[in-house]
Amino acid sequence: MNCRSEVLEVTVESRQVEEAMLALLHTILLHRSTGKFHYKKEGTYSIGTVGTLDFDCDYIDFTFARVSSEELDRVIRKAVSEFKDALSNSGSDGMGQISLEFYQKKKSRWPFSDECIPWEVWSIKVNVVNLANEQERQICREKVGEKLGEKVINVVEVINRHEYLPKMPTQSEVDNVFDTSLKDVQPYLYKITYQITDSLGTSVSTTMRRLIKDTLAL
Amino acid sequence: MDRDLSPQDKKDLDKFIKFFALKTVQVIVQARLGEKICTRSSSSPTGSDWFNLAIKDIPEVTHEAKKALAGQLPGIGRSMCVEISLKTSEGDSMELETWCLEMNEKCDKDIKVSYTVYNRLSVLLKSLLAITRVTPAYKLSRKQGHDYVILYRIYFGEVQLSGLGEGFQTVRVGVVSTPVGTVTLSCAYRTNLAFMSNRQFERSAPIMGIIVDHFVDPPCSGQRPATMGHPCNYRAPDEEDGFAGVQDSQEVCTTSFSTSPPSQVGCTRSFLVLHAGKEGGVLLVPAYPPHGADAHLTVEHAPNTPGSSGDGDGLSQSEDGRRDDGRRSASPTDPVEALNAFTRKVGAFVNRPVTQITAASLDLPFAAFAPRGLGSEENDPMVQPPDSPPCPSPLQASLHSQGSEGSGPQDDFVMIDFRPAFSKDDLLPMDLGTFYREFQNPPQLASLSLHISSQSMADDLDSLPEKLAVYEKNIDEFDAFVDMLQ
Repeated sequence: MNCRSEVLEVTVESRQVEEAMLALLHTILLHRSTGKFHYKKEGTYSIGTVGTLDFDCDYIDFTFARVSSEELDRVIRKAVSEFKDALSNSGSDGMGQISLEFYQKKKSRWPFSDECIPWEVWSIKVNVVNLANEQERQICREKVGEKLGEKVINVVEVINRHEYLPKMPTQSEVDNVFDTSLKDVQPYLYKITYQITDSLGTSVSTTMRRLIKDTLAL
Repeated sequence: MDRDLSPQDKKDLDKFIKFFALKTVQVIVQARLGEKICTRSSSSPTGSDWFNLAIKDIPEVTHEAKKALAGQLPGIGRSMCVEISLKTSEGDSMELETWCLEMNEKCDKDIKVSYTVYNRLSVLLKSLLAITRVTPAYKLSRKQGHDYVILYRIYFGEVQLSGLGEGFQTVRVGVVSTPVGTVTLSCAYRTNLAFMSNRQFERSAPIMGIIVDHFVDPPCSGQRPATMGHPCNYRAPDEEDGFAGVQDSQEVCTTSFSTSPPSQVGCTRSFLVLHAGKEGGVLLVPAYPPHGADAHLTVEHAPNTPGSSGDGDGLSQSEDGRRDDGRRSASPTDPVEALNAFTRKVGAFVNRPVTQITAASLDLPFAAFAPRGLGSEENDPMVQPPDSPPCPSPLQASLHSQGSEGSGPQDDFVMIDFRPAFSKDDLLPMDLGTFYREFQNPPQLASLSLHISSQSMADDLDSLPEKLAVYEKNIDEFDAFVDMLQ
């Protein structure tokens, strides 16, 4: 199975990085989250309800809808915050990439550890610019808002191609496909990683890998 | 493999498409309410949340949607459309976008109805949630208030995009294949909003032929003309809106109030807030600020003269009813009467007392600064700037040329209201106004007072020869400096 890979690029001012990333990651996760599964007898299951919430950005003229789950929001914010800190501490000219990867776990026999097979990877390339004055910032506010709107349309377009999605799992397999650790929603298994590029376009240090959710740490 | 749809699957599919259509309308209308939407996730399935999404059902909207569908389903050649338009308080209106739910012949017979189609419809609804926040009308709808409101209209049949103006853009939300056809959801939105600024002082008939009893309850909800949109907003029940006979919505939701700076009469952009009325029809009720606060019209551009920019203090709450009356009786063909029904506070340097605005005055710029009697403020010492000279601004000149009863600029001081530019609120103490007043007549600089200046002058003259000598010595330095600058 081939992994679907999509790349989004945005150019933002440094204080807009966080909200721009949140907007895109949450939009993707909105589409890739379902309600909690409740398995019943005879192999059937029912699905909980996903609520949505509008979020107004402070530094960008943009509002986005995200899943109404504080737990999920916290996790995403933490990852984005680390990415933002890494970007600002890198001392480079502010280029980096944050990736949201959806994967499936494939159980292997002992002693081999489980395989994580990605089926969809979203890479968001960020280019941070510095602006000279308030007027430019105002213009940037609106421009970035428009750009984010275009990116959301891109995301929606890709998702609505209805390409490969993991099969709905049985009860025993559900943790190989979905992240069941949250109380109120159930996104597909995902991980968020990022890397910072220096001005030469290469990775500065080794790719910093942050596994935000790992149900089986082996 | 080509197998026919089983009766159960067919029934399920019809149900899915019907509820999908209803939910689509709910999402679109709620996204244009002007408020942020928030629904809760629930891990335990309630069984009533279609497509596993928590989307509230506004009863009036459901009613309108069902009425438009009239028992049919979106099918080939029969699209369900939700048209979002904007209506200003002046009566101008403009279509902003049209959302279309269409069906085409391309079938996918192999797809599983109860599982795949259902899940894909759910994803499509999520996409709709995302896209409704992205089109230009969203920002407009968030800023709607008393200047303008947003209307929605649901119709079934052929898609009509002619009202969107030239150069409209289309965005496709998504498609879902089913055994009976492919469901497509898309949005066509207007990109050319320019006409709004040009219509500021025009008094031509509105485009959509809004009927006069717009703000009155229709006797029965089915009587609305096809072209009339329904407002989408909730109005808090304790709010005064000045419209007699308008039924309160039973929903209690906060409305959005404009806090933009005061503006001229011909307000430009406004977003319609969809109001959910009590009965089947949804009422157009512009959101008014709570009692006591001033309603402000948004400004398109402020004129350059300080006096004129002080205008547009907006309508006070008590005038809303009059404005409504003006609008009602005015109808598209009687703008003068409508304008006269407005009472407006005037800007600085505008002459009082109030006179009737003549029809000719409407053609002039700043005609909106119709003088009016402000008895309550005549004696307000804070408002009168006694020292300001009667400067003959062009604004004043134009008003006087209308033959108003006010005295000309060369007369004695006339007590006028002092409204500094961009002053927001004339009820509360105005820091900006205070600032203006204080610094209009600043005290003399001490260094410029006569006896000190004469002393220093003498000293300066004495020390001149010495200074010149020093400068001549350092002439090379100065030359080098000048070269450096070049």
